[in-house]
Amino acid sequence: MKAVKYLSIILVTFVIIAGIAIPMVPEPQSLFEFPIIPGLEDKARNIFFHVPVAWTSVLGFLVALYYGFKYLRTKNLDYDIQSVSSAGLGMMFCLLATVTGSIWAKFNWGSFWNWDPRETSIFILLLIYGAYFALRSALGSDEARARLSAVYAILAGLTAPFFIFIMPRIVGGLHPGAKGDTSGSTPVAQLHMPPNMRFVFFVSLIGFSLLFIWLLNVRIRAARVEHQLSIKDH
Amino acid sequence: MNFIVSTWAIVVKDVRSELRTRYALNALLMFVVTSVATILFALRDDELSPEILSGMFWVVIFFTAMSGLSRIFVSEEERGTTLTLQLVASPSVVYFGKLLFNSGLTLILSSAVTVLYVVVFPAFVIKSPLIFGFTVFLGSLGFASAATIIAAVIAKANTKGTLYPVLSFPILIPLLMTVMKSTARALDGELFTAALGEFQILVSYLLVMTAGSYLLFDYVWKE
Repeated sequence: MKAVKYLSIILVTFVIIAGIAIPMVPEPQSLFEFPIIPGLEDKARNIFFHVPVAWTSVLGFLVALYYGFKYLRTKNLDYDIQSVSSAGLGMMFCLLATVTGSIWAKFNWGSFWNWDPRETSIFILLLIYGAYFALRSALGSDEARARLSAVYAILAGLTAPFFIFIMPRIVGGLHPGAKGDTSGSTPVAQLHMPPNMRFVFFVSLIGFSLLFIWLLNVRIRAARVEHQLSIKDH
Repeated sequence: MNFIVSTWAIVVKDVRSELRTRYALNALLMFVVTSVATILFALRDDELSPEILSGMFWVVIFFTAMSGLSRIFVSEEERGTTLTLQLVASPSVVYFGKLLFNSGLTLILSSAVTVLYVVVFPAFVIKSPLIFGFTVFLGSLGFASAATIIAAVIAKANTKGTLYPVLSFPILIPLLMTVMKSTARALDGELFTAALGEFQILVSYLLVMTAGSYLLFDYVWKE
């Protein structure tokens, strides 16, 4: 875990420095120059932060779902601790993705919120996280809390394909890959980036994923200690 | 064969206990009347476009359903009959019995809202009855399938009433967006083939939700 910790710190620091400091010029000559994208200019730098954060919020949900599933199979409360730790982190990244996207949308698309399919999806992901924690706080025993919140996470996960694959096709949108996009409407938007931007982008994806793994590990250990203490109190 | 007989027995039992008090049916119908009356007061004499009316149509159904459909499991919990039911019937039998009852209730509810809307809103003219019929039928069944499993989940929680719409809404959004769109098509008088895409989504939603609930119900039902 130490290696993950230091690697994530190094990678995210690199992305912050490279993503902000590398200048944007009309005709890039060297590796350390990004091209100016007409209509986006410096606003294009958001892709190094917004997309990885949004990806991590989905990752947090998937990990919570996976451990919820494992809990249902084994009834081992430790899996529930892992599941809820991941959901909490995912919710934090989901808020970050919403805020970074919303501020960017204000400057690029003219308003903070446009109900584009992907904005709708992230809003629903926030609602699911909110409902998940509301359900947990309303259940008395550890066992019922673990069992029912795992069931709810799986049910919510079942609706995900409708948002990822179906909705962007039937509702027009502003994100790349939406219906009417000239480069084709696919679930995963195609990347039109010069190699050096693409490199920073993928480093950012890996860096934020590693950051998630490290934070998750810290949270799980803290939650286990808390759980042990609460058992001792009773 | 045995499965169908037992499932039907659960439905009959629920219908009988419902007819004894008429709690859910009366409450739901009064809720429909109240909310439509509130919309009418807010509108006064304004004419609404078909898009807005088709949205309002499902808003009324959503909130009405959220006020009543949870009773199916909450009432078992309140009367303390959950354990008996766990003893006499297998979980899948209980689930499909409750699902059938809730589907029937939702169909009655959406028909009532349809009649009321046609009567009180002059702009609510169903120009393609076939699209409208399919939308309301598939929409109600999909609605009931998601609402039933969430009802089973919240029956064990402390704050049942407020939690129910909070948990159901994110899961129902794909359904709500689709039915609103195809209801607007029905009011615009589009051809049946234009709404086929929406029907595919509704059918797949219904199948995914029912299959998922069937697999997960064991974990919800058994302590």
